[in-house]
Amino acid sequence: MHNQSSALQQGPCRLESLDDLNKFREQLERNIDPDHPEIVVCHGTGCLASGGEAVSNAIQATLDASGIKAKVIPGIKTTGCQGFCSRGPLVLIRPQGIFYQRVKPKDVGEIIEKTIVQGEIINRLLYKDPQTGEKIIHEEEIPFYKYQDRKVLHNIGKIDPTNLYDSIMAGGYQALAKALTTMTPEQVVQEVELSGLRGRGGAGFPAGRKWRSALLAIEKKGRPVYVVVNGDEGDPGAFMDRTIMEGDPHAVLEGLILGAYALGATEGFLYVRAEYPLAIKHLGIAMEQARAHGLLGKNILNSGFSFDVRINRGAGAFVCGESTALFTSIEGKPGNPKPKYVRSVEEGLWGRPTVLNNVETWANIPLIIDKGGDWYKKIGVSHSTGTKVFSLVGKVNNVGLVEVPMGLPLSDIVEKIGGGVPGGAPFKAVQTGGPSGGCIPYSLKDTAVDFDSLTEAGSMMGSGAMIVMDDTDCVVDLARYFLRFLEEESCGKCMPCRFGLSRMREILDGFSEGRGTQADIDDLISLSKAIQDGALCALGSSAPNPVLTTIRYFKEEYLAHLEDQNCPAGVCKALITFQIDPEACNGCTSCARKCPVGCISGGKKEPHTISADECIKCGICKESCKFDAVRII
Amino acid sequence: MTTSDQHIDELMDQYPPKPEYLIGLLQDIQDQQGYISYGAMLLASEHTKVPLSQAYSVATFYQSFRLDPPGEHEIKVCLGTACHLNGGQQLVDGLSRKLQIEPGETTDDMMFTLSTVNCVGACAIAPVAVVDENYHAGATMQKLEREMRKVIDLSSDKIMGEPNA
Repeated sequence: MHNQSSALQQGPCRLESLDDLNKFREQLERNIDPDHPEIVVCHGTGCLASGGEAVSNAIQATLDASGIKAKVIPGIKTTGCQGFCSRGPLVLIRPQGIFYQRVKPKDVGEIIEKTIVQGEIINRLLYKDPQTGEKIIHEEEIPFYKYQDRKVLHNIGKIDPTNLYDSIMAGGYQALAKALTTMTPEQVVQEVELSGLRGRGGAGFPAGRKWRSALLAIEKKGRPVYVVVNGDEGDPGAFMDRTIMEGDPHAVLEGLILGAYALGATEGFLYVRAEYPLAIKHLGIAMEQARAHGLLGKNILNSGFSFDVRINRGAGAFVCGESTALFTSIEGKPGNPKPKYVRSVEEGLWGRPTVLNNVETWANIPLIIDKGGDWYKKIGVSHSTGTKVFSLVGKVNNVGLVEVPMGLPLSDIVEKIGGGVPGGAPFKAVQTGGPSGGCIPYSLKDTAVDFDSLTEAGSMMGSGAMIVMDDTDCVVDLARYFLRFLEEESCGKCMPCRFGLSRMREILDGFSEGRGTQADIDDLISLSKAIQDGALCALGSSAPNPVLTTIRYFKEEYLAHLEDQNCPAGVCKALITFQIDPEACNGCTSCARKCPVGCISGGKKEPHTISADECIKCGICKESCKFDAVRII
Repeated sequence: MTTSDQHIDELMDQYPPKPEYLIGLLQDIQDQQGYISYGAMLLASEHTKVPLSQAYSVATFYQSFRLDPPGEHEIKVCLGTACHLNGGQQLVDGLSRKLQIEPGETTDDMMFTLSTVNCVGACAIAPVAVVDENYHAGATMQKLEREMRKVIDLSSDKIMGEPNA
């Protein structure tokens, strides 16, 4: 960073052409020594939550303090999410590419003393492959990274997202400059059509076709036309879009500007969830920097094309991820969806033609324009081109963000990249697509992960959440969880969603309390059909998916709840009891002291017992037992 | 005019008087004052030319708006899918029992507000609880009780009720 500030002083403030941008980038590159040591600290939300900022502060403080014996003082850089969240805080030493994980502030002195000054590797901080037991030094050799194909995420974890120059050196705004100087708007649309790019927000509608429809609408209705980024990533368990906005905000912005150029829009909107304050901050900084350098605003790169963008913060309504609800929210009203007799490309924001794409979709556009639609469509499979970013979470060893070409078998993602389920057992199911998606059982582990194959399996791509479940997760409970979520988030405008979801949830409550009947399963299926057919928007019509897929693949688990009054996973509270194994209990009294209702008895150094009548099944005894003596029966 | 009205005036200056800016203005008011008082809502509705009834409709439609003053500290428990699978709901139940309030409520001494959030996107470190903007990875009741004692010690000499102590 210190090298770049001198370039900033010499560099032009406003870039006027492709040539200018190229010269500027070369100038920036000349000022950077690729062999200069650099300590890169991940500042994604996961690493920050596990203490990443304390680590970067400690590095800065150590470097600031005098007495470092290194010949060259290393630079320090903080980046967006590097993806491997379960191993955070992550520290990468460049240029060697040494990957340290779970770094604590107390390790910093040693990292500088040994690795930076003496070039030694600190074994203790290396990643250990749980499958082979082998310690791995370099990032790219770690299976979690090795089997990925990072295209959209390419810059994230490498660049400082608050530094435009870092982005430019990584190829940022190349595609925009190329389009503005050598391509007509029509050629940009054609390139996106050729690429086969499908929307990453869930439904997978071809982006090029959407843009083409908008152009036809403009022919009829004239301009203005609006371009909008859907950054209202509300799916629980999904954080791809947040990572892209936080880690490479210029890529989203560049994609949007390209879209605006293609469609002749002068105004755009970034609709971002308020729960993502860092994403809002980074996008805001990126917009200011881009404006100051003539990459956004009036007369972009002196091409005569002008476009500007505004950020709208969401206010905590899941339904606002739906296009018509999102538009009414931007207009300042409650986010109620509208019936889609006319599509939003024709009548969107303020009744004007509008192109709304998801964050990841926009971030793909610069790649397509830079390298060509032909190049792009070779990645992935024929009807699902390109890569897809997934958040791989739940009961899996390597939790984090992964990007793979479309069409990879599900098991490759969970087992090769994710390292399988902790303990080595096969996974029970993978839930994809969030509340609108479904559960794919282990027997379908070879399902290709692309739009059409997932839909065929009864699930959907969704925005890319992938939640791995094992034997201790109950599918009835999960279906009930998603229904309760959607019931709360339903805007209440249409009947099937307002009443139907509540009724389905009540039936599932019955299952989890052992009151279900065979007829209830049939009722769930027929209610599902009615909601699918009758709901006004996709929130409602896709809501039955988690229930339908779990009934389809895990019917025996539903039956166990109703016939045997048993929750095989040991989750549904009404069907389980907590017991203490007298063999394993050594009478340490820890659980008895912590039990909030005082229902555990037993003398010191004697096995304890739980009074089942009084137990509220809060699980605190199990959590506090160091000898694993509390069992769920 | 009270000081808080003056602050709101300053915020309003940043927004053109159009209905589309209502949500942004209400968000800024809440960021500054912790909640949206009746007076603040009135000012915002007048400024953006949205009838008060409709401004109220907006403020109650969106989950993030708060119409009552929050406690000194906020404990947010994430109930995203990964957190749910790892025991997020047990944390909510436990905190609810400990503080004797339901999610969305504030303790009588105005010390803690308990709330839930759909997903903070920190799924790798589930279950997550956020105490005053500090994320707690792998949260347990024991860790959170320790944290609550810590913030109480920091902010005042009040002692939290220990029903089972």
